[in-house]
Amino acid sequence: MTQVSFEASFQKKIDEEIMIEPQDYMPDEYRKTLIRQISQHAHSEIVGMLPEANWITRAPSLRRKAVLLAKVQDEGGHGLYLYSAAETLGITRDQMLHQLHTGAAKYSSIFNYPTITWADMGAIGWLVDGAAIMNQVPLCRTSYGPYARAMVRVCKEESFHQRQGYEIMLSLAKGTPVQKQMAQDALNRWWAPALMMFGPLDAVSPNTAKSMEWRIKRFTNDELRQRFIDVTVEQIRILGLELPDANIKWNEERGHYDSSELNWDEFWNVVKGNGPCNKERLATRVKAWEDGAWVREAASAYAEKRKTKKAA
Amino acid sequence: MSSITTLKYTLQLADNVLIMGQRLAAWCGKGPILEQDIALTNISLDQIGQARSLYQYAALIINNMPAADKAHLFNAPLLQEKINNQHTITEDDLAYLRDAWDFRNCLLVEQENGDWAYTVARSFFFDRFQYLLFTALQKSTDSTLAAIAEKSLKEVQYHIKWASEWVIRLGDGTDISKEKMQQALQARWEYTGELFAMNAIEQAAMQANIGVDVSSLQQAYQQQIEAIVNEAGLQMPTAAWMQTGGKNGVHTEHLGYMLAEMQYLQRAYPNMEW
Repeated sequence: MTQVSFEASFQKKIDEEIMIEPQDYMPDEYRKTLIRQISQHAHSEIVGMLPEANWITRAPSLRRKAVLLAKVQDEGGHGLYLYSAAETLGITRDQMLHQLHTGAAKYSSIFNYPTITWADMGAIGWLVDGAAIMNQVPLCRTSYGPYARAMVRVCKEESFHQRQGYEIMLSLAKGTPVQKQMAQDALNRWWAPALMMFGPLDAVSPNTAKSMEWRIKRFTNDELRQRFIDVTVEQIRILGLELPDANIKWNEERGHYDSSELNWDEFWNVVKGNGPCNKERLATRVKAWEDGAWVREAASAYAEKRKTKKAA
Repeated sequence: MSSITTLKYTLQLADNVLIMGQRLAAWCGKGPILEQDIALTNISLDQIGQARSLYQYAALIINNMPAADKAHLFNAPLLQEKINNQHTITEDDLAYLRDAWDFRNCLLVEQENGDWAYTVARSFFFDRFQYLLFTALQKSTDSTLAAIAEKSLKEVQYHIKWASEWVIRLGDGTDISKEKMQQALQARWEYTGELFAMNAIEQAAMQANIGVDVSSLQQAYQQQIEAIVNEAGLQMPTAAWMQTGGKNGVHTEHLGYMLAEMQYLQRAYPNMEW
């Protein structure tokens, strides 16, 4: 087959919603886009462990401690599936981590915000994991098979995470006045960053069009963001908290809630590395990796010795 | 048999696994490789789960005690007041409202994480003890403790496998890892003597057939530890002196800081549901 017919058969599969598998032909640009997206997603999972791990040793009850620990562990597991999915595209985990550690690869900016109070554990589970689910559920039908299958598992666990976050918020909102205040404060701080998780406005999103055409993405950033706002406003009402944005109003004509313009200046600044915790998060990951170097070397050396012994 | 003996014995068992689990939890997100991060979290989760079962049982005992028997159980004023005011005590009251001198965990578990070798050494020494302890505790005449021991033992079997494999892997890995592992074993060994030195609570619990004669476990412990250390190509650590105190409430300086961190929310915002 010629290059043209390879590409035609690839596009035919995409159009017929047949999954692309690792051994199949795929255009270089498709491979690159997927490596970028899946590795960025994997990095987000492991960097995303840090803001919540920050509260494990301080969780206010043994039950909360155990649930949070299990939750953060799940995120590590998601990182594993996703790194494995990306490896099927011809890149190693070490290469991807190198890209993360040198700043060449990005991770979700949301994790560059600090977790200051216990209520942030509620807000993250509810809003951040909630936004992640909205982004990720369509990915269970994304065109690349290993990614889609990883996402099925990830989404199942994320919906449990969202429930645990919402349950923390519910306990606080129904608790003492200071607890309710703590919940409100967390909602106010996490609201806009959570909305920014859907990415830049469609009009300026550099990757959306091609990703839609290849069915890597199935909805645009703005569509998903609107859907999240519509669902979340109702959940805020159930909690009995105040809306975090005075401009949230039902728009009869659109059939959606209107809300304030987001501060995209802040968004791009955090993406560029100027968020409150960018340097800290990356430094923590790099330190863990460097501190662990002698451990990984020992494990490889040991495995090598065993292999030689077996062969002998 | 006195319910105070059962209570104190249960609390001592609970304190060990809570403090150990809390220490390991601090590794979350910072392990040398993702798979090990997850493995360590698993062990921590098991231990926190064991602590919860034991604290729940201890709370039940307190709640069922006649008022006169429980008027002076703890030094911690917040907890003791709650008890004296006939509040229903929970697992969290016991974990979060006692201060260091009320904790009866051994010194070994409160030692700092250090590097990977130190963390492995501490788990290696503790988990092996837990294995022998829970094996024997299954025969306790207290059916709750026997049941918790039986359930926990299944988990501990994985813990000792994990820790032993790492001792061997580091011992038989590179020159650097061998040196670090040897050093860590040597540094933590002085906290193992206390595991087998019976305190008054253990004596009373043993006489009442609810607790284990831990002094009788020492020989098997020594042999099992030695077998792994030999397999790892390492030297058995030695100690000129064994440190003791934790089991009698006399702790190292580390525990106070740990508790300050662990308990801060309950203390800054008292009497709230979370």
